[in-house]
Amino acid sequence: MLITGDLGFGVLTEYSQRFPNQFINAGVAEQNMTAMACGLAMEGYRVFTYSIANFTTLRCLEQIRNDVCYHDADVTVVSIGGGFSYGQLGVSHFATEDLAILRALPNMTVIAPTDPWEAEELARQLPATPGPKYMRIDKGAAGLAPDPGSISLGRARRVREGADATVICVGGILSEALQAAEILAREGIELRVVGIHTLKPLDTEEVTGAARDTGGIVTLEEHSIIGGLGGVVAETLLEAGCAPGFFRRMGLHDIYPSVVGDQNFLRAEYGMDAAAVVATLRKALCRDG
Amino acid sequence: MNNSPDFDAVREVAHRVRRHVLDMTSKGKSSHVGSALSMTDIVTVIYGHLMTYDPAYAKSPTRDRFILSKGHAGAAVYATLAEFGFFEPTRLTDHYQNGSVFSGHVSHKGVPGVELSTGSLGHGLGVAVGMAMAALRQKKTHRVYALLSDGECDEGSNWEAILFGAHHKLSNLTVAVDYNKIQSLAPVSETLALEPFADKWRAFGWHVEECDGHDHEALFAAFGNANAAPAPGVVICHTTKGKGVSFMEDSVLWHYRNAQGQEYEDAAAELEHLAAMDRKGQADA
Repeated sequence: MLITGDLGFGVLTEYSQRFPNQFINAGVAEQNMTAMACGLAMEGYRVFTYSIANFTTLRCLEQIRNDVCYHDADVTVVSIGGGFSYGQLGVSHFATEDLAILRALPNMTVIAPTDPWEAEELARQLPATPGPKYMRIDKGAAGLAPDPGSISLGRARRVREGADATVICVGGILSEALQAAEILAREGIELRVVGIHTLKPLDTEEVTGAARDTGGIVTLEEHSIIGGLGGVVAETLLEAGCAPGFFRRMGLHDIYPSVVGDQNFLRAEYGMDAAAVVATLRKALCRDG
Repeated sequence: MNNSPDFDAVREVAHRVRRHVLDMTSKGKSSHVGSALSMTDIVTVIYGHLMTYDPAYAKSPTRDRFILSKGHAGAAVYATLAEFGFFEPTRLTDHYQNGSVFSGHVSHKGVPGVELSTGSLGHGLGVAVGMAMAALRQKKTHRVYALLSDGECDEGSNWEAILFGAHHKLSNLTVAVDYNKIQSLAPVSETLALEPFADKWRAFGWHVEECDGHDHEALFAAFGNANAAPAPGVVICHTTKGKGVSFMEDSVLWHYRNAQGQEYEDAAAELEHLAAMDRKGQADA
């Protein structure tokens, strides 16, 4: 059952026509949408709620917590517009704290695909993980060739080998890490790049392996550095007693952006594009002249 | 559940539920005794006369569903479920105790018969709407009941659900509002006035019934009409907060206070007197 909060013009039309009995437009009423999703799930439906940015998450957070998560209902909360996907629309439409907040909820699985094909493959795997799930889709894409066989919910995906340092990314911003790796390779710096499409449960083995086997770790997310990818990687490493050579969190530093622009512009403006990754690593590796 | 309602029997259950509520809240030193006494007749009429269920098979797919949205009055639901056979009434003494599953706000975990855990207001109706929508889409014939408080109707989420219920003609959904006119700090009319309350529901497209929320025959008739309507139905139950204990009635204080010592003895005596008067009335009739 797919429930939309009155968004998805053009995107949901085909689905709604093909599966009218499995489609509901809840109207602009996300609290009711989410509570209702819980009720439908309790009656046996596998439910998806759909809207953009913070509307499916923060607007109805207590319905997600008390209704969906506490009752362990099979509801997948889908937010399109992760990070700066709607960069020109302003702060209301920036989803930049969602991963941290949703991750804190018991029973919740947190997914943020790096490519559309990855999202497609992960969607196929969702039924194997009943219960509450959050899927954050952003407009950015890593641009990697489809390889559905390499995707497994809960497992990280190493997309580039290297020993000097590891960049760990969540979501489409992985593309910036890959560009940075190309630039640094020309300077003789070999980066490992890891895509985390499942933030919770985290693939702790891949993360501790990166700390053990490479020179240091940088986390990169189109999200606040508080509590999201950077937070979970730091928690994981410290508890595992696995200190990396160096550790940097890249993302929004506890601020609301004060300007708008497209996703690429805002990544550059707020220090999370390829150039910023390059600069961060040069400095960390003492290669900044 | 019953074709020919035995009102005397269910009134007797309501008396026992009131006594459980007093004992549970006094022993647990918990709040909300007034809220629980306010809704006791509503919930016992729903379980005693209206719903179909099998306490031995609490999750039977064909059961009618009841959701307590005013979760703070959970004691009344726990006691009602125990009285109607979902579990042993002796378990009620656990209410509010360390390590207990009987939380002050109603919780489903480990308590057979509780459909939904609530406690934050404005959640139950939305979930009930989802359950009713599911039954409609799956062409199932069971009903969904949700019991709301009056103060809870301040929550905007309820009005989202009310819009949705009418738009989708959820005629398998019946809401009861425990309208005791008092909310957390002051009378409803001095906090956020709900009047004209019935008109609001009507304007949203609901079938509205109003009745004395302590009169079992009137409740039964009102729910019957609401259930038969082609639209979702609401029964606005005019009630008295703290009903049955004179010094708790219509008092904000007893939203919070629990009866100890002489107060407990007095309350218990009043409830016993009420039950005895009821039995005498039945015998005389």
